[in-house]
Amino acid sequence: MTTADVIVVGAGPAGSAAALTAARAGKRVVLVERGPFPGSKNMYGGVIYGRVLDDLVPEWYREAPIQRWVTRRQTMIMTGTQALTVDYRTEAWGEEPYNGATAYRPDFDSWLADKAVDAGAELVCSTTVTGLLSEGGQVVGVRTDRPDGELTAPVVIAADGVNSFLAKEAGLYGEVDAANYTLGVKETIALPREVIDERFGVRGDHGVDIEIIGCTGDVPGGGFVYTNRDTIAVGLVLSLPSLAKGDVRPEKILADLKAHPAVAPLVEGGEVKEYSAHVIPEAGYDMMPEIVGNGILVTGDAAAMCLAAGIWLEGVNFAIGSGAAAGRAAAKAVDQGDASATGLSGYRSRLESSFVMQDHRRLREAPHLVMGDLAQKYLPAVACGVVEQVFQVDNPNPKPRLRKIVRSEMRRNGLRIRDAARDGWRALRTFG
Amino acid sequence: MAAHTPNPYPEISFEARMNSAEFRVHSDAHITLDDTHCRDCTVRGCITACPADLFVPTSDGGIVFNYEQCFECGTCYLVCNEEGAITWTYPEGGHGVVFHNS
Repeated sequence: MTTADVIVVGAGPAGSAAALTAARAGKRVVLVERGPFPGSKNMYGGVIYGRVLDDLVPEWYREAPIQRWVTRRQTMIMTGTQALTVDYRTEAWGEEPYNGATAYRPDFDSWLADKAVDAGAELVCSTTVTGLLSEGGQVVGVRTDRPDGELTAPVVIAADGVNSFLAKEAGLYGEVDAANYTLGVKETIALPREVIDERFGVRGDHGVDIEIIGCTGDVPGGGFVYTNRDTIAVGLVLSLPSLAKGDVRPEKILADLKAHPAVAPLVEGGEVKEYSAHVIPEAGYDMMPEIVGNGILVTGDAAAMCLAAGIWLEGVNFAIGSGAAAGRAAAKAVDQGDASATGLSGYRSRLESSFVMQDHRRLREAPHLVMGDLAQKYLPAVACGVVEQVFQVDNPNPKPRLRKIVRSEMRRNGLRIRDAARDGWRALRTFG
Repeated sequence: MAAHTPNPYPEISFEARMNSAEFRVHSDAHITLDDTHCRDCTVRGCITACPADLFVPTSDGGIVFNYEQCFECGTCYLVCNEEGAITWTYPEGGHGVVFHNS
């Protein structure tokens, strides 16, 4: 007698979406979470894009525990003393059906897990899965740290996050390379709601998301600032190998970002309410494991389905999209009595025909471009230098030509035209 | 980031920052460190990269490690280049870090 039809490990967005779809398909689902409640181990660095929920939870935006709807988005290109910002705002994103939201992941993940429970899944918290149960090369369940804690089912869905020990144990991952990962660190900073509204130029439940490049010193990465209701989040994403090789600690880089003249006035006087850290699967498509095995599917961050493509920085939506596909494929395999990799292969084909794999495949070069020298080292210095020269009025000298300014800034920063052209062409091919 | 930019706002202490997160500490360590490997390690990336600053070099060339305020992020074992120096698991169910506003 098996414990369930489907065991889902991890009640983050991927796991809850998987449990939800499998339970709706009439399957007995156990959703195992190691934290005391869903989302208690999770944090993120920006915006939740919920459109993918439209099918799963119609009108989710009327009930999801969001902090603010992002109606203003900025990309800030920064040097130590300068900042060039592209600032976009639209009222449309502040109206139904909305675009993106900020939220506390413990709230949001708990809410989505409740939807899975409403659909009939059994949520078991405070339980760490310690390994897989296998029979003849087929995964048949999991071992937990509870007494007599073995759970059996024909399908296990690994939604166990970026470190996915289950996918590794199942032999689905290749060699793990630290260069494919970044470390996210974040401070949630308390400020009165009116102060946030004033500083960020928003009202009501409208909010701002600022993404920053050039704020991480010699360590490749990026930064972010975004608004919650009565807190703001300030954080960084840092390349693991560079961080390990360097001699500057993450909180020092974060302190420097908070002291930058473009950021300091936003965070001034705030009190740190929570400091958090998490690893991010940065390399996307190029680091993905095999996502289907005998009796096992891998979803969300566990499958590296996090998109770090500069213009687009998303994860929760890919987690929900892949989780929902995994739950459906698992239910179908159970119905057909074939939980082998062949019986579960519908998961891969569902993802191939959805935004999850299509975006990841098309943008597979993007993470490398974003972490490369052009974006990290040259773009911030050259862009800020050009803008400073363009806007600086230097009478009685006549105005210099724009072309001359660009050339002199490139030369001053050691950026050769042919290198810029090569990376520019790569970027155009990737994003264009 | 320019080092000469003075920080106009008092930076909170690392201890205060770490105390802002909740840790439900279990009596058993979920990560163990065999620091016989650490003495020969030239990288020692865990020391700078761990966001909780849990790896501390000792005067005799070793490293000591505290597990109590661990974020369970995985950074240390990902950057560790000494085979088997860090044994990494998750804490017992219900224990370890608990985020509320992240």
